Amino acid sequence: MTFEALGERVRGEVRQRLGRSLSVREVDAGSCNACELEIHALSNAFYDVERFGIRFVASPRHADLLLVTGPVTLNMREALLRTYAATPAPKWVIAVGDCGAGCGVLGETYACMGAVSKVIPVDLVIRGCPPTPAQLLQGLLELLLESQ
Amino acid sequence: MLKALFAELPSVSTHRGWPRTLADAGTWRAMGEALREGKLDLLGEWGDVGAVHCALYEPATGRVQMASLDARSGKAPSLAVFHLPALRLERTIADLFGIELVGLPDRRPWLDHGRWPVHTPLAEKTHPATEPLAYRFLDAQGPGLHQIPVGPVHAGVIEPGHFRFTASGETVVRLEERLGYTHKGIEKQLAGEGLENAARLAARVSGDSTVAYSFAFARAVESALDVHPPPRGQWLRAVMAELERIANHLGDFGAVCNDAAFAMLHAECGILREATLRTCASAFGHRLMMDRVVPGGTGVDLTPKGQADILALCARLNLEFPELIELYDNTASLQDRTVGTGTVRPELAAEFAAPGYVGRASGRSFDARVSLPYPPYDRLPVEMVVRQEGDVDARVWVRILEIQRSTAWLQAALAALPPGPIRTPLPPALGASVESTAIVEGFRGDILVYLRVGPEGRIERCHLRDPSWFSWPLLEAAIEGNIVADFPLCNKSFNCSYSGQDL
Repeated sequence: MTFEALGERVRGEVRQRLGRSLSVREVDAGSCNACELEIHALSNAFYDVERFGIRFVASPRHADLLLVTGPVTLNMREALLRTYAATPAPKWVIAVGDCGAGCGVLGETYACMGAVSKVIPVDLVIRGCPPTPAQLLQGLLELLLESQ
Repeated sequence: MLKALFAELPSVSTHRGWPRTLADAGTWRAMGEALREGKLDLLGEWGDVGAVHCALYEPATGRVQMASLDARSGKAPSLAVFHLPALRLERTIADLFGIELVGLPDRRPWLDHGRWPVHTPLAEKTHPATEPLAYRFLDAQGPGLHQIPVGPVHAGVIEPGHFRFTASGETVVRLEERLGYTHKGIEKQLAGEGLENAARLAARVSGDSTVAYSFAFARAVESALDVHPPPRGQWLRAVMAELERIANHLGDFGAVCNDAAFAMLHAECGILREATLRTCASAFGHRLMMDRVVPGGTGVDLTPKGQADILALCARLNLEFPELIELYDNTASLQDRTVGTGTVRPELAAEFAAPGYVGRASGRSFDARVSLPYPPYDRLPVEMVVRQEGDVDARVWVRILEIQRSTAWLQAALAALPPGPIRTPLPPALGASVESTAIVEGFRGDILVYLRVGPEGRIERCHLRDPSWFSWPLLEAAIEGNIVADFPLCNKSFNCSYSGQDL
């Protein structure tokens, strides 16, 4: 499926499920920053996900979805828990990248918990190191299709 | 002076390349004084089981020297007492190795937030940790001051860190950073790893600099094992490094403008950055070129199509970028935000051996590709870009000119690219310990990698020093006297790495 076709499907699903745009709050729970670069790319003129009804918000209190990256460092654990708690229901969580999935090169050490699902409930995992913008959007579609 | 300081002392014969000398307390103190007087630059300071190491650079001669001090007693004299740039490095040595730096002016932990199950995780003996450490932020005195705490979770899609502002109205009186939120324990994980896995770890210290980190790691391994990558591999590594530089500088240029509310330039730079990433994917199989530079050379070759794609990108940049530069330069409201904002004085840049565009925008003529040349830059040099003003605008201009010089360099390099193999295989385990240090210029500055490979060919100790250790503190100085609303602009113009610093 082309990115445009993917995006149009996402837009349709978002509209149907929420009746408005999907608000996304990103949380870096210890990533190397590569995932963040590709998440940023989603907003560039090529991908421009805002036209599909997806927007990034500054506060978890405005969010429907948390995108969480990284192997959840112990130093970020409390911040992640507080951000999750501050996100009003109904909410979803996507663990982005191999680290967030718990299978990254950066493993479990004294400093990391590993998979995001060890800390907060996760609805979907998008693997990749880092996942490309197309893979991110594909994952988003899967989440929307799976949810009822 | 370096020569005189270390002439009488024993060198470590297993350290290949630059010398690593075993210092005594008197020499350590003399080093501290030389650092304080600006005769030497501190390139790094890190811990080991029973030792403290440092790397020094002598601007007058271009010499690099590693020095080590025995710390088996559990103590070592502090260098920070003489030279503030060592401060956070020494707090980290205390956190990770439990070595007491005697005289350390600030004994608060830096990376250890009290959240790990143990303290001193890299020491021979760790201690169980019980509770989070309460962190005391520094005071500021004066009438009508208020504090603004920001982070670790920030408003945008960005790495986590804490910034404690003290403001008087809109004006920042003091900014204090607290980092360490993304500390993953990478150096602990590296100990005992085989070289292939270790290379993959090194590539993930700071994702936006994955090529430069892999390059530095590879060079350190090759130097230690006496391996010489074939010429084509040498050239391809630098081609990837320059593409990485261009992609990041384009992103930063746009992001700085975006933080001054000029979305148009952000969008245009985003387009050119995306074009660059797609070219990297087509030429080397990965948008960020992760795991493409390996010890021994490169893991992937460049096809004629890939080469043509890179040249097409260069042509596109040459055509489209000048218009963006002109737009930046001619938009008065944008210039009003960037000129004179977030100034780093040249004396501070020199004292901190400020890396990359932060140093070069404040008059510091250091670029590892030029100052400590390594292949292929010794064959095809880059011209260093240096400005004096030290403000946000100067840091933008250094990037603008580096994008142009890197583009020209790529065109020349591809014309000169030799045929042949791309990788020299690593020898089997040498049966003895070997070590070396390498320095490579990433897009934000010089990356230092020190490593020791054990007799079985596994990593004994690997230290990766991100350039941001020396630019993060300067951000605190740069924001002083500026308005709070200019912080994002200043921060973006620095673009320090959180993950690189935290490790």
